[in-house]
Amino acid sequence: MSGAKKLGLKQRYAHMTRGLDWETTYQPMDKVFPYDRFEGIKIKDWSAWEDPFRLTMDTYWKFQAEKERKLYAVLDSFAQNNGQTGVSDGRYINVLKLFLTGISPEEYQAHRGFAFAGRHLRGVGPRVAAQMQSLDELRHVQTQIHTISHYNKYFDGLSEFRHMHDRVWYLSVPKSFFDDARTAGPFEFMIAIGFAFEYLLTNLLFVPFMSGAAYNGDMSTVTFGFSAQSDESRHMTLGIEVIKFLLEQHPDNLPIVQKWVDKWFWRGHRVLGLVAMMMDYMLPKKVMSWKEAWEIYFTEAGGSLFTDLARYGLKVPKYADVATAEAEHISHQNWAIFYQYTHAAGFHTWMPDAEHLDWLSAKYPDTFDKYYRPRWELWAKLEKEGKRFYNNALPQLCQCCQIPMGYTEPGDPTTIAFRSSTYKDQKYHFCSDGCKDIFDNEPDKFVQAWLPVHQIFQGNCGGATVPDVLAWYRMNVGADNMDYVGSPDEALWNEWHAEKLRKAV
Amino acid sequence: MTIQIKTLDFEPKRQTFGHVARRLGGDKPATRYQEGTFDIQPTHNFHYKPLWEPDLWQYDVRKTAVVMEDWYKPLDPRQYYYATYNIARANMNQAVDRNFVFVEERGLLTKLSDTGRAGIQRGLLPMRHLHWGANMNMTEICQRGYGTAVTGPCIFSAGDHLGMAQIISRIGLALDGQTGTSLDAAKVVWLQDPAWQGVRQLIEDSFVERDWFQLYVAQTIGINAVLFPLVYRLAEPAWAESVLTVAMLTEFMNDWQAEETRWSDSVVRTVAAESGANRALVSQWAAHWIDRAVVSGRTLSAALLCDEGKAADTAGETARTRARALGLAI
Repeated sequence: MSGAKKLGLKQRYAHMTRGLDWETTYQPMDKVFPYDRFEGIKIKDWSAWEDPFRLTMDTYWKFQAEKERKLYAVLDSFAQNNGQTGVSDGRYINVLKLFLTGISPEEYQAHRGFAFAGRHLRGVGPRVAAQMQSLDELRHVQTQIHTISHYNKYFDGLSEFRHMHDRVWYLSVPKSFFDDARTAGPFEFMIAIGFAFEYLLTNLLFVPFMSGAAYNGDMSTVTFGFSAQSDESRHMTLGIEVIKFLLEQHPDNLPIVQKWVDKWFWRGHRVLGLVAMMMDYMLPKKVMSWKEAWEIYFTEAGGSLFTDLARYGLKVPKYADVATAEAEHISHQNWAIFYQYTHAAGFHTWMPDAEHLDWLSAKYPDTFDKYYRPRWELWAKLEKEGKRFYNNALPQLCQCCQIPMGYTEPGDPTTIAFRSSTYKDQKYHFCSDGCKDIFDNEPDKFVQAWLPVHQIFQGNCGGATVPDVLAWYRMNVGADNMDYVGSPDEALWNEWHAEKLRKAV
Repeated sequence: MTIQIKTLDFEPKRQTFGHVARRLGGDKPATRYQEGTFDIQPTHNFHYKPLWEPDLWQYDVRKTAVVMEDWYKPLDPRQYYYATYNIARANMNQAVDRNFVFVEERGLLTKLSDTGRAGIQRGLLPMRHLHWGANMNMTEICQRGYGTAVTGPCIFSAGDHLGMAQIISRIGLALDGQTGTSLDAAKVVWLQDPAWQGVRQLIEDSFVERDWFQLYVAQTIGINAVLFPLVYRLAEPAWAESVLTVAMLTEFMNDWQAEETRWSDSVVRTVAAESGANRALVSQWAAHWIDRAVVSGRTLSAALLCDEGKAADTAGETARTRARALGLAI
């Protein structure tokens, strides 16, 4: 035996991963890795990559198999015991509808995107980490489908989640977000999804849904959440390692990375508006307000993150102050949009009851009573008079985030914000300076956007009338859409509830 | 005697999701494999062309020359979704761990003769690089392919190849007293020893194949079918006195291959059976990549077994026979 020393854990792991890789000579490396140069990111030394976690496949299989055994045991038991009858209220299921139609398909996109990064980043360290995340993301989409599958057996609005995701107007908001990331280069993908989404914003997306499930008696979804927690923390450590690595490698990377951080923060903030609405309006038992969540998870946690990253020259994302100011408004403005367009939404809407209104007043003391309560009270009154308000015109959409242009001017919550840019003699419209900037930086990309309203007007969505379009969405009119009150979901929930009370006597 | 627990009865409104029901031909109970696989890749109304390949969408049937009316025809006979995949591999790996303990406790690899050690170092350990190359290819097919029925199992297969590369690495570490010297030496073999250069060129050429289904055929019908049996079975004499030890420590690879082949064969059979044009293309690809694998394997088997490449020819014949059984014209 030679006199070589036994390996430490770090060197052992290096042999298990980066030792496997080699510089190709029969084919040029630039042909084997054709996509990791065009973004302008400079990597001097891939071997400086610090593995954020040291998982070999055997350990991965063992941990993940153990978690899956436990998760599926809970799902089976939940189904056997009709756990769906034990949630806080029938309204809660609408949270799952939003999640399955809007979020789970993006887990899938993340799966394929991390496979792209896991093949096409030249450095073997990040490639192995990205491959494991690709596996994890496939896990998440599949376990979410399996978790919510049981609810689909009883409730409407879930059955056509895949068909709807590629077509329905508001689902183009998360879809275009992920299409944008998937079609970017591998480094931008890692910053967009690995850092901005999985690190910076995950506590405002994943955590609210899972905490909402816990507070509302959804034991199957919360079990999924607990089961995915250790995956998510791996994803977070990968996200932070990626950004530090890029910034450490070359000073020329800083402006590129800063632009991506600005872009993906704002893109993420717009998608999170759906979560804001969910937290403030859709959870029968509230966890906390969106504003509180934003303060804890972005202002405080994000603040210390960017203090930490300041040594690389990275600044707090542009328009973070605007996003923080919007935390007072965004949930209310989004719920107003969905209430008006309830006939074209794949989940139910409702006006908050008195107790809920008071909760909102308490959580938003500076804005709710002044700007939003009067509107809700008027709409509730109209409902009572049989004149429920529907908006029958199709809204103008933001060319970037694709949300209807319903957001207000910073500092002026009674004026709708409009921005526009002219590119190659065409005028494009935006909801905000953040979205306009993103377009102006990449106009050739964003002019391509598949804007649902434009597509309807162009005749690409099943026909010229609302019923034509809803049929094309496969929306089961009167069951999937419209208000919760009067819906088959409500009737079923009330029937179960009455049944339970009767049996209890 | 039976006992019956009285429960409330809740009649489901539907058994499964709409897209699954349409595939099952009606609203019937679906399996978790079906619900976790069917149609979960986006198919319509993409927003932006990829910056890295602006002529195609990120999910695009035109990334291969074979044409399927429905990419959810080539299903996985193992019905793997994430949970069942990981549970199956965790179970297989228990045997690996037991075998390593057995070998290490008895010092079966540390007490080898120089010839035995040299044989493993030159003949077996470079396989970890071939597995890593296979991992790159399966990851590429996952990202570039079309339809979760095929692309989902590809990321599982990529994980398998990484796992097998790591098993080989553990064999090296057991051989060199956990110092890594044998792995460093085997990497030099992989990069420089003429015995391996044909194999290395083969896998490097596959890295630049742009047609994802051709890559699938190259990897599963060509490389896996010829070179893995060559090294893991036919090359046994090269391990000298440690034939049984190596057989134990590479048991995973043989079990894995038997299992993965059930899936990969089924995919190739289904795609080839779709049309005469598919059959012609897949046959041509299979013939080409089997031939290349045999040629590269001949040098390797001649070097390891002094058999003038006969073992590679044998592996090639088996691979061709199997390919014919899948309906390919070879």
